[in-house]
Amino acid sequence: KIEDELEMTMVCHRPEGLEQLEAQTNFSKRELQVLYRGFKNECPSGVVNEETFKQIYSQFFPHGDASMYAHYLFNAFDTTQTGSVKFEDFVTALSILLRGTVHEKLRWTFNLYDINKDGYINKEEMIDIVKAIYDMMGKYTYPVLKDDTPRQHVDVFFQKMDKNKDGVVTLDEFLESCQEDDNIMRSLQLFENVM
Amino acid sequence: MAAGVAAWLPFARAAAIGWMPVANCPMPLAPADKNKRQDELIILNVSGRRFQTWRTTLERYPDTLLGSTEKEFFFNEDTKEYFFDRDPEVFRCVLNFYRTGKLHYPRYECISAYDDELAFYGILPEIIGDCCYEEYKDRKRENAERLMDDNDSENNQESLPSLSFRQTMWRAFENPHTSTLALVFYYVTGFFIAVSVITNVVETVPCGTVPGNKELPCGERYAVAFFCLDTACVMIFTVEYLLRLFAAPSRYRFIRSVMSIIDVVAIMPYYIGLVMTNNEDVSGAFVTLRVFRVFRIFKFSRHSQGLRILGYTLKSCASELGFLLFSLTMAIIIFATVMFYAEKGSSASKFTSIPASFWYTIVTMTTLGYGDMVPKTIAGKIFGSICSLSGVLVIALPVPVIVSNFSRIYHQNQRADKRRAQKKARLARIRVAKTGSSNAYLHSKRNGLLNEALELTGSPEDEHLTKTTSLIESQHHHLLHCLEKTTNHEFIDEQMFEQNCMESSMQNYPSTRSPSLSSHPGLTTSCCSRRSKKTTHLPNSNLPATRLRSMQELSTIHIQGSEQPSLTTSRSSLNLKADDVLRPNCKGSQITTAIISIPTPPALTPEGESRPPPSSPGSTTNIPPIGSNIVKVSAL
Repeated sequence: KIEDELEMTMVCHRPEGLEQLEAQTNFSKRELQVLYRGFKNECPSGVVNEETFKQIYSQFFPHGDASMYAHYLFNAFDTTQTGSVKFEDFVTALSILLRGTVHEKLRWTFNLYDINKDGYINKEEMIDIVKAIYDMMGKYTYPVLKDDTPRQHVDVFFQKMDKNKDGVVTLDEFLESCQEDDNIMRSLQLFENVM
Repeated sequence: MAAGVAAWLPFARAAAIGWMPVANCPMPLAPADKNKRQDELIILNVSGRRFQTWRTTLERYPDTLLGSTEKEFFFNEDTKEYFFDRDPEVFRCVLNFYRTGKLHYPRYECISAYDDELAFYGILPEIIGDCCYEEYKDRKRENAERLMDDNDSENNQESLPSLSFRQTMWRAFENPHTSTLALVFYYVTGFFIAVSVITNVVETVPCGTVPGNKELPCGERYAVAFFCLDTACVMIFTVEYLLRLFAAPSRYRFIRSVMSIIDVVAIMPYYIGLVMTNNEDVSGAFVTLRVFRVFRIFKFSRHSQGLRILGYTLKSCASELGFLLFSLTMAIIIFATVMFYAEKGSSASKFTSIPASFWYTIVTMTTLGYGDMVPKTIAGKIFGSICSLSGVLVIALPVPVIVSNFSRIYHQNQRADKRRAQKKARLARIRVAKTGSSNAYLHSKRNGLLNEALELTGSPEDEHLTKTTSLIESQHHHLLHCLEKTTNHEFIDEQMFEQNCMESSMQNYPSTRSPSLSSHPGLTTSCCSRRSKKTTHLPNSNLPATRLRSMQELSTIHIQGSEQPSLTTSRSSLNLKADDVLRPNCKGSQITTAIISIPTPPALTPEGESRPPPSSPGSTTNIPPIGSNIVKVSAL
């Protein structure tokens, strides 16, 4: 059994050239260099697998359990569903999140919420996501977290988003409702100056 | 936070965009980036070692980091060099690989550090030269074993919260240290195994004579007593077996396991004896069955780890044992044949047949030498001596292999125990570091509010209280703050949490509680209040200055949703004597007025003294549960 583990080949991935990435994303060369160094330091093999992803993300949320949300994030980053995130995927997603248009950001968020990637967000998916967010808070919160808090949160959300009350939120409903809400619009611009 | 992970902070912050549509409250503003960061080349001159080599040398191996375009990511324009923030010692080995084509593994280097460096530079460890490959593989195997051991013990120690009764029982059986009941059970069964074995042994000892001039074994003299003892032991063993059968996760696999077979064989003779007590012809066979009772002694292997290791060693040395057996058999047959034909001539020789000579050969080769069969002819004696000399060799050869195997496994076990003991201390330290990081956030929150209050009231002399946090820390705390806003809940530390739950279960409003609370810079607010507080001193706020005070005195808040957990408190002043208790209700949905209590120096707010009366009735009317959705209680 030990021998098997030893024989596991190391996956090694190298990203495309700096110029290509610069052309494909909204980052400058310097920024890409910085991003890559951080990426490579944490994942020398050049790809992130889900375990490492969860570990890295959990370091930022020591109070609670960030693994479920990290799992959904990972699926949103891993656009080709290969089980590992390469540097190109990583940088593409970051480019959308930090430098993209409002439309792109909202579309990315829709993709994140749509767990089974079928084009619709239904209540169960939303409840899973919201529960994952609440899990990051941990146990010691004020006010105390109750079991149905996520569900109620989702009810409020659905009331706002689901325009035609058909039980699912489509991309257009999502875009429309978000663009109507000033809070959301403002908070999307919050991280523009990251990097 | 680890230095390497700080590089991932932009990613974590970007991912926070996923929370935005779900949040009901607006987010706090991000900390300003005072100096626009240039590229963050932290020039750590790691020993300042500069290596020089030809470009063509590196390009010999184009599928590695140094040989491909990947190194352009590490190019430093200013100094026109490639800067790698890595270990210079290992880099020496890596570079020598490019120069000579052979990769070596330095013995003093830690195996995982070396592996990490190789992974970073994109070099497969398989190309390590023959001179160093064995050492590398050995160290790697040891490391992997250690990791597996760690994982196993981690899995064993996980406290799975929702274990069914059956699963807890199985865990108790397999691991007696999990609970006191399991430990008691373990010792009781051990005791009864010992009692049973001793009974079986003493049963056959002759004790005293009966007036008929016959010596009776104790078993027959005190038949009833021994029978009772035997019954008791078998009762216990049966119960234990049935309980294990019930608790086993896979009953079929349990029935087939060695220990369960031993259990069955140990208790079967008793039941068979019960069934056929008075049958004369079968009782002879029954007596033979009693010998199986000795198998009870094998039940001790559950209690003794050494026994288990011995059994495991024998199993793992099966090939050596097989070789030993085979060579012995070969030698026995050869020498027995020779001895038979040598002694055939002598009269009255005991070597009647070759199988009869087997006994002589075995006794001689193992150097026992009973002396019941002795060669009488000269040829027989010569061959007999050759037999005994070779016996020593044949038996002595495989034994060291078995012994070394046993020793290796035994020491591995010792090391595992030692590691497990050390692990507790390690985990405790790691936990302390982790709570340190989460406490850092809570501290900075309190400091942040303190700062705001101070800034609002403009008292410069207290500014030295503020602790300057690094940009990365403030960004991290901003991220956690956004999470709080998204979920409408706040982080508090453990003592406050327990205090809150305790108070809610007590359900009273003692007003004498205040002094204890005033020592906590307690933060009890719902989301939007904080925002309005924060925007007061930001330049883009359009609130007139006069309203700053009123916001500050904040006793109230606009509460959304009918399901907010309640917190009834009366309003407190900034002066902070939170006179009434904070009663965060752990259950029930009530509407509340939340109060901010901020520790400010008494000199600041004189109007805090006069608590305006309208607030108290206002708050008391809210204490009984109301089902309305929104409550605004303002007090100024």
